[in-house]
Amino acid sequence: MASVLSEVTGEVVPLAVKIVVAGGFSVGKTTFVKSISEIAPVTTEAPMTMASVGVDDRALTPGKTTTTVAMDFGRIALAEDLLLYLFGTPGQDRFWFMWDDLVRGAIGAVVLLDTRRIEDCFPAIDWFESRGVPFVVAINRFDGKLPHDTNEVREALGIPEHVPIIETDAREKEEVKMALVSLVGHCLAVA
Amino acid sequence: MSEEYADEAPLVRPYALTGGRTRAIGSDFPIEAVIETTLAGRAGKGELAHESKAIVELCVSPTTLIEISSKLTVPIGVVRVLIGDLAEGGQVRVHHGEQGSSRPDVSLLERVLDGIRAL
Ligand SMILES: Nc1nc2c(ncn2[C@@H]2O[C@H](COP(=O)(O)OP(=O)(O)OP(=O)(O)O)[C@@H](O)[C@H]2O)c(=O)[nH]1
Ligand SMILES: [Mg+2]
Repeated sequence: MASVLSEVTGEVVPLAVKIVVAGGFSVGKTTFVKSISEIAPVTTEAPMTMASVGVDDRALTPGKTTTTVAMDFGRIALAEDLLLYLFGTPGQDRFWFMWDDLVRGAIGAVVLLDTRRIEDCFPAIDWFESRGVPFVVAINRFDGKLPHDTNEVREALGIPEHVPIIETDAREKEEVKMALVSLVGHCLAVA
Repeated sequence: MSEEYADEAPLVRPYALTGGRTRAIGSDFPIEAVIETTLAGRAGKGELAHESKAIVELCVSPTTLIEISSKLTVPIGVVRVLIGDLAEGGQVRVHHGEQGSSRPDVSLLERVLDGIRAL
C-alpha cells in the first residue's frame, strides 16, 4: 500500500479505522478501551451540535444548540500508516443518535456482556443486527467467576451460531487483544 | 475532556463559528477521517478565523476529526463544517477509507488483524 505523505512535514498520513465497544451500563466499556489504548482514553464529553446530529426540534430544548455526549475513545497505532480507534458507546439511551456516527464505516463491534444483567446488551445487539454491523459478544468476567455456559448465553441472546461468543477480562490487555482478534476474524469470515 | 482543554475552551455559540450552517457540501466525513494541512493552508492561516486557524495549525501533524474536536473543544458537527470549508479552499486535505457505510475491505481487515496480533 503506497503511503500518503504530508505535504508540509513529509510524515506519513495514516489511515484510521475504528471498532465500536458497546454494552450496558457499567459493563466495562471504558476499562476495555483503556486496557489497550496507547493514549489515556479520552473519556471525552464530546460536544455535539444538536442539528449536526439531526436533533432539529429546538422547541424541545429552547436555546440549546449543543449537547454533551460522554464517549470514550482510545487509539492504537497498528503500523506507521494505520491507526485503530476504539469507541466506547455513550451509555445513556438519549444518545442513540450518536451511534450512527460511531458505527458508520466501522470494522464492527464488541458487545460486552455481564451475565448478571444479560438483558442490558439487548438494545446494542438489536441495533447492530438491524444495521448489519458485524459483532462479537464478549462476556466480561467479573471477579474471576467460573467459565460461563456460552450456549445458555447464546440462547438468551438468540444470536446465530456463527456469531462468536467469547469470554474476556476488560482489565487485561491480552484478553482485550484476543477479543479484538476474534472480532476482526469474524468480520473477515463474513466479509 | 481534560481540564487542560476545558479551561481554554472559548465561550462562543458554536453555530456562530459556521455562520449558522450545520452542514457544508461534501463535509460528511467520518469521525476517524484524517485531516492534513497543506502548504497553502499553512501559508495562508493568518487570514483564517480563530477555530479554522487552530485546525490548520493542529493538522500540520495529520489529525483525525474526533481528535480535533476533542483537542479544540469544538463540537464534531462544527469541525465538519469548518473542515469542509478549509478543504474547499485547499487549506487542508481530508483522507479517509471507504465511503458511506461500507466497511473496510478484506485486505485492510487482514492488515488490522496482523497489527492487533502483533501488539
Ligand atoms: N472485576 C472486574 N471488574 C471490572 C471488569 N471490567 C470493568 N470492571 C470494573 O467495573 C466498573 C465499571 O467499568 P467501566 O469500564 O467504567 O464500565 P463502562 O461500561 O465504561 O460504564 P459506563 O460508561 O458508566 O456505562 C469499574 O469499576 C471497573 O473497574 C472486569 O473484567 N472485572
Ligand atoms: Mg464508560
